[in-house]
Amino acid sequence: MTWSWDSFFEYMFSYYMLQGAWTTIWLSVVSMVIGCSLGFVAALMKMSKNPVLRGIADFYVWLWRGTPLLVQLVIIYAGLPQIGIRLGVIESAILGLAVNEGAYFAEIVRAGIMSVDRGQNDAARALGMDYRRLMRIVILPQATRVIIPPLGNQFNGMLKTSSLASVISMEELLRHAQQLAQIEFRVLEVYIVAAIGYLIMTSVWGAIQKRIEAHYDKPFGGSVQGVAAASMPR
Amino acid sequence: MDTMNDQQASTRQKTSGNAGTPSSGDLMVDARNVHKAFGDNQVLKGVTLEVCFGEVVLIAGRSGSGKSTLLRCIDHLETIDAGRIFVNGHLVGYSEENGKLVELTDKQVAFQRRDIGVVFQQFNLFPHLSVIDNITAAPVHVLGVDPEKARAEARDLLVRVDLPEKETAYPKQLSGGQQQRVAIARALAMKPKVMLFDEPTSALDPEMISEVLNVMVDLSKQGMTMIVVSHEMGFARAAADRVILMHNGQIEEDAPPTEFFDAPKSEATRQFLAKILR
Ligand SMILES: Nc1ncnc2c1ncn2[C@@H]1O[C@H](COP(=O)(O)OP(=O)(O)OP(=O)(O)O)[C@@H](O)[C@H]1O
Ligand SMILES: [Mg+2]
Repeated sequence: MTWSWDSFFEYMFSYYMLQGAWTTIWLSVVSMVIGCSLGFVAALMKMSKNPVLRGIADFYVWLWRGTPLLVQLVIIYAGLPQIGIRLGVIESAILGLAVNEGAYFAEIVRAGIMSVDRGQNDAARALGMDYRRLMRIVILPQATRVIIPPLGNQFNGMLKTSSLASVISMEELLRHAQQLAQIEFRVLEVYIVAAIGYLIMTSVWGAIQKRIEAHYDKPFGGSVQGVAAASMPR
Repeated sequence: MDTMNDQQASTRQKTSGNAGTPSSGDLMVDARNVHKAFGDNQVLKGVTLEVCFGEVVLIAGRSGSGKSTLLRCIDHLETIDAGRIFVNGHLVGYSEENGKLVELTDKQVAFQRRDIGVVFQQFNLFPHLSVIDNITAAPVHVLGVDPEKARAEARDLLVRVDLPEKETAYPKQLSGGQQQRVAIARALAMKPKVMLFDEPTSALDPEMISEVLNVMVDLSKQGMTMIVVSHEMGFARAAADRVILMHNGQIEEDAPPTEFFDAPKSEATRQFLAKILR
């Protein structure tokens, strides 16, 4: 068996693969939105004065960053039913990806908030702002421009990492490739097509990300350094 | 102790010409025996400071003597370990329960701070907001002033600090002196009862110092109560009712400017003056 262009093009334009890619996209977006919300709350908890809140947030980040996502997914989908918690494939995939993302995003948000000069805090406080106003009006708008670039990188990562959900039979791009490979044994062609699919998605996202970053770099000029390091590779 | 009280009483008399009869109810800021430590570092060792309505007090002292810490305590940007600070009759940052200080909630402290304007050495303007938005942010979001009204008031303030044309500029586009004047306008927009200045001119190039000091002198003439940490002795002579020397976390000298400069009582003051005037 040698390389077959026919199979390649067949897979390239197959509805089945396209379906898988679409699932990858919405799964990534939904997990990202939920994950970022979780991470945001965790970051605020991590920075709070209350030691209990801080402890909970630290534990969460420690546990999820210290274990492989693959193991987390399997525990959620295959392990939890043993103690009576039964989640469907989609719920398990979203839960696994989102909670994992939150643990990373928490660190990004924290780094973003800490990048804002301490004097901003003093000035806002001195003007009579309470915690909520301080955050909403002064700190977060400035932290956002520091958070946006690593956030974009996290989404790039999410598009690829979501493929792990194929292990719990989530019907996304990699899973569809695996199933085609099992039927027709055109293993190389189908996985190359899958790879190209991921490449297209991450490249399109890359272009969008650039525009977003350019937008957030505009209003008060100059670039922000130093927080890219907070976006950890998995 | 007695001479100290006499001294303060006489200063009060002098400044209260347009502020009514002086009495103990006339205190805008009343700090009593304030103690503050950072770890083992005792920074304020029993500071007692009384500032009357409309009075302008200048605080000098060498680096590390606790000047900034005292100002920050007055606005409860720092907690205190012992003592009491009253601003406009209200105990700042705490409520007193059975002789013990219990810290107020975030919202309660925020409410108290409306009365106290602060101007920082590093300006601390909000870099993501235009000049006018810097000034209106707190009136609109904290006091709930109508945005249009707040903007009109902000424009008046910009005229007062002589920057009417900078409304739409961003802080980064302004010189240090201009930024500091915007910072003063921003603090005034909350209509504070007392203004605290922490070395407002020491981050400025020499040629910009007077533009900021002029605004402050105007403010003092309009009757604003001011506590100014500064080594600008020209300002002290022009606008201060009292000059204070902080030394090792305590108030070493507290006298009207002429007396402070010409006949200081404390050795620390003489040394300080010798250093700064040469
Ligand atoms: N947040 C803090 N944590 C720990 N130590 C502090 C803190 N703020 C101030 N200090 C210490 O308190 C002492 C007094 O500081 P403070 O800033 O009040 O002095 P200052 O009189 O304003 O000096 P300067 O003229 O340099 O501004 C210094 O030894 C300083 O290191
Ligand atoms: Mg200082």
